[in-house]
Amino acid sequence: MTLDRKVFAGVTALALAGGVAPFLPAYPLTLLTQAVIVAVFAMSLDVLLGYTGLPSLGHAAYFGIAAYAVGILSTEHQVGLAGCLGAGLLLATATAALFGLLAIRATGTYFLMITLALGMVVWGLAFRWVSMTKGDNGIAGVPRPELGLPWSLSAPLPFFYFALVVAALAWAAMGVLVRSPFGLGLRGIRESESRMRALGYSVWLHKYLAFVISGFFAGVAGVLWAYYNGFVGPVDVQLVTSVETLLMVALGGPGTLAGPALGATLIVFLKNFVSVYTKRWLLILGAVYIGVILWAPRGVLGAFRRDAR
Amino acid sequence: MSGEFWITQAFNGLSYGALLFLLASGLSLIFGVMRIVNMAHGSYFMLGGYVGLSVVWRTGSFAAALLAGALALALVGVGMERFFLRRLPGQTLGQALMTIGFALIFQDLALLIWGGDPYSIPVPATLQGVLTAGALRFPVYRIFIVVVAVVIGAALWLILDRTRVGAMLRAAVDDREMAQGVGIHVPRISFAVFALGAALAALGGVIGAGFLGVYPGADFEVLPYAFVVVIVGGLGSLPGAMVGSLLVGLLDNFGKALFPELSYFTLFAPMALILALKPTGLFGRA
Amino acid sequence: MGRLEVRMLAALVLGAGLAALQAPVVTEAQDGPIRLGMLAPLTGPFAQVGKDMVNGAELYLDEIGRVATGRTLELIVEDSEGNPSTALNKARKLVEQDKVHVLTGGLLANVGYALQPYIDGQKIPATYPVIAADDITQRKPAKWIVRTGWTTSQPMHPFAEWVIKHTKYRKVATIGMDYAFGYETVGGFQHVFEEQGGRIVQKIWTPLNTNDFAPFLAQIKRDADAVLALFVGRLAVQFMKQYEESGLKGRLPLLGGGTTTDESALPAMGDEAIGTLTALHYSEGLDTPQNRKFAKAFEARAGKIPSYYSEACYTGARWIVEAIKALQGRVEDRDTFLAALRRVSIKDAARGPMTIDAWGNPIQNIYIRRVDKVGGRLQNVVIATVPAVSQFGKYPPEEYLKLPLYTRDYPPCKHC
Repeated sequence: MTLDRKVFAGVTALALAGGVAPFLPAYPLTLLTQAVIVAVFAMSLDVLLGYTGLPSLGHAAYFGIAAYAVGILSTEHQVGLAGCLGAGLLLATATAALFGLLAIRATGTYFLMITLALGMVVWGLAFRWVSMTKGDNGIAGVPRPELGLPWSLSAPLPFFYFALVVAALAWAAMGVLVRSPFGLGLRGIRESESRMRALGYSVWLHKYLAFVISGFFAGVAGVLWAYYNGFVGPVDVQLVTSVETLLMVALGGPGTLAGPALGATLIVFLKNFVSVYTKRWLLILGAVYIGVILWAPRGVLGAFRRDAR
Repeated sequence: MSGEFWITQAFNGLSYGALLFLLASGLSLIFGVMRIVNMAHGSYFMLGGYVGLSVVWRTGSFAAALLAGALALALVGVGMERFFLRRLPGQTLGQALMTIGFALIFQDLALLIWGGDPYSIPVPATLQGVLTAGALRFPVYRIFIVVVAVVIGAALWLILDRTRVGAMLRAAVDDREMAQGVGIHVPRISFAVFALGAALAALGGVIGAGFLGVYPGADFEVLPYAFVVVIVGGLGSLPGAMVGSLLVGLLDNFGKALFPELSYFTLFAPMALILALKPTGLFGRA
Repeated sequence: MGRLEVRMLAALVLGAGLAALQAPVVTEAQDGPIRLGMLAPLTGPFAQVGKDMVNGAELYLDEIGRVATGRTLELIVEDSEGNPSTALNKARKLVEQDKVHVLTGGLLANVGYALQPYIDGQKIPATYPVIAADDITQRKPAKWIVRTGWTTSQPMHPFAEWVIKHTKYRKVATIGMDYAFGYETVGGFQHVFEEQGGRIVQKIWTPLNTNDFAPFLAQIKRDADAVLALFVGRLAVQFMKQYEESGLKGRLPLLGGGTTTDESALPAMGDEAIGTLTALHYSEGLDTPQNRKFAKAFEARAGKIPSYYSEACYTGARWIVEAIKALQGRVEDRDTFLAALRRVSIKDAARGPMTIDAWGNPIQNIYIRRVDKVGGRLQNVVIATVPAVSQFGKYPPEEYLKLPLYTRDYPPCKHC
């Protein structure tokens, strides 16, 4: 399928989501907002996992650090949107730049373990650096930002559109990135590192940049999340959050941007609907993990693509 | 800080490290042979404790609890390996996600079967009590944990170092393809390692239940410790698991006693440092 | 458009459709059911406590036939997983989709703090039957939250006074969980204890996910007269066991916050718990007709003895029903519903008489309890009752509120 068609499909999906939103009752709109934000997070992970072939088990670190930056700055120091966004993205990117130095040296399972360990360091900080993060209590009452527009973002619908616009921009930016020569280089590395090295590519630099860029976009999602949820806590940086994001990517289809977005939407709605009907939803979620890996290893989109060929 | 303080804390760290060894040695072996990041390993620990608890309630025998816990979880581990993980050879991420799925299911099943109340396994009278030496006090149960860990460590070392099976296992850790090439039946080794790893974790769970208790959430609470041990010691290395457990036990203990506010940094910072200097851990090979 | 896009769009439309289906048709009739939304941890480490909470609330509603002033009472329970983010999500579901008339429940302080801005923002009447974080009814009172439980330091003020009057303990070391619930328990005790001539000689804080207490127990000052311990759930069980194992039990008597020997943990403890002195606004062993009736009914329903969490939600449900009765069922106007919730008083609650202060916290009895073996099982035997205790203790509220909140470092440890 051609690039134009993909763009067309993406834009249609966004327009549809935007068009449906005003007619949704409050709670489903809330979930849709959540799905849009988590979709950005899942896409950011896919830049690393699907396009570069690096499975990170600590991606919540960058998401969480950006969210904490927003939470702390906006509640303790009354910093506005521009300041929070800048600080959140800067901190998330800087952390990714630091962790990348440690992690990129490893491959395969070692990469999985090292990112897991680094993620734990950040969780430890969130949990124990009480004077900064309020520890287990987390940071509550994060105010919605003011854009100086006629609509207040504290209302659900304007905030949804705000999140949708940011998500669209992030999606477009990541889309351009993965189709650029740099992005093609990443895919080449995913397929064969040695061949790319032989072709004169700086494999390390490509991987490192992918790691940092992926952290940056996770930060975008983190900033949105803090504003959306009004609460930031250690749960936002814990291992389970990282793993759940991996599941979203795996479910939707790694190596596509639409896939993770779809996976994120499915998981957000699944979690919130299933738990209404049964207390045993952890069993179901566990079964989803196993089922997806067994029967749709390339994700919903991946499975479809094969038979389209 | 008195001498009493240092000796007591070192002993506490040693006994906690001994428990970690039971948990982490299996994780390390599973990792070494199969390259599986087993996120359900903490679940083996927790389920082992619960199975042990049920057996003690029925029979009153602590020894039976140890045996039953280890056997039951060996079966669980083997089932996971044989029917699920084996279908995904070489898929690091797929296997990790699948083990997470199992961990969630185990967590919910434990809640369903045993309820959420905290329990503690009654310990036989011979293991209760305290040995005193002057002002120093050494609970017998903690000495027991150290003894068990030393015995199991020695047995593992003998098997790995001195037997044919051990040689095959080491070959599989070093180079899976090569081992397969020279006629070693690697799937059979994997099967055995998974059974052994799960049984050891469950043994740790039953023993740990004697002083940590059994409770929902224990699975994800011990898992990070096991990972730190394996990362520090080196994946797939038995000496690594020994040194790593001891180091983590002592670091955690002295960290909590001396710098309680920084208790995670005293654990994670050395780990990050070791990773930065030697990504494969102290005893691991790339 | 390829099939891929079609499927994606279909999925999105399906999602939106599902979402729309989820929205119930809500009748706003004045005689329809009154919906009570309740949050409790039903999965995760606190699932058992969550079960106690739900059982307590259900028991009361069943006793009154789930009807009040002619209107049906509908309890909608959602699982918070003990996780503030999930709790927020479920609160949104209860308020925005189920359109509950009142929100109740919650276990840990972090959930309480996370929900507070949302509750005040939505202007939804809410009660906290369990969450005890001091400032929710003190320095940062939430307008829309009425507390039917307690404040963390409330039992500790009279407890400290009682310890001074009735024991010889003057030098006390403390060990507690390293979070607000621990700080407020120890702080409340220290404040009154030191004012009346006692001394806190050491404060030890243990991280929340400690499983081996040995490194902390080894540090406890052996020349103290007693140790004050604050733990919850399985940590309480392990602490007791390891306290004895370390040889401290024989040397240093144990005092504690109420949760240290709460009935949610007590059955898992051994004889090592005997003799521990604690204070709380409830005990399963409280020997009043109201409590005997409640405890018996609860045990018949749940197959276990009630914990303070069970009583909290039993009486918490009754509190809401009393407010509904006062309004003759007209709960649609949120302002008057809130006002009614703030005016309830109950003379014969299972825990004893309750009235409410201007900040929205109950004034109630505090019981000094000692763990003893009664009829073959451990029980928190009430050995003294301090009647009608306010969250401000004996201090005038205005004066009390000028003091800082009890934290890790306040009151400072002058004698450490």
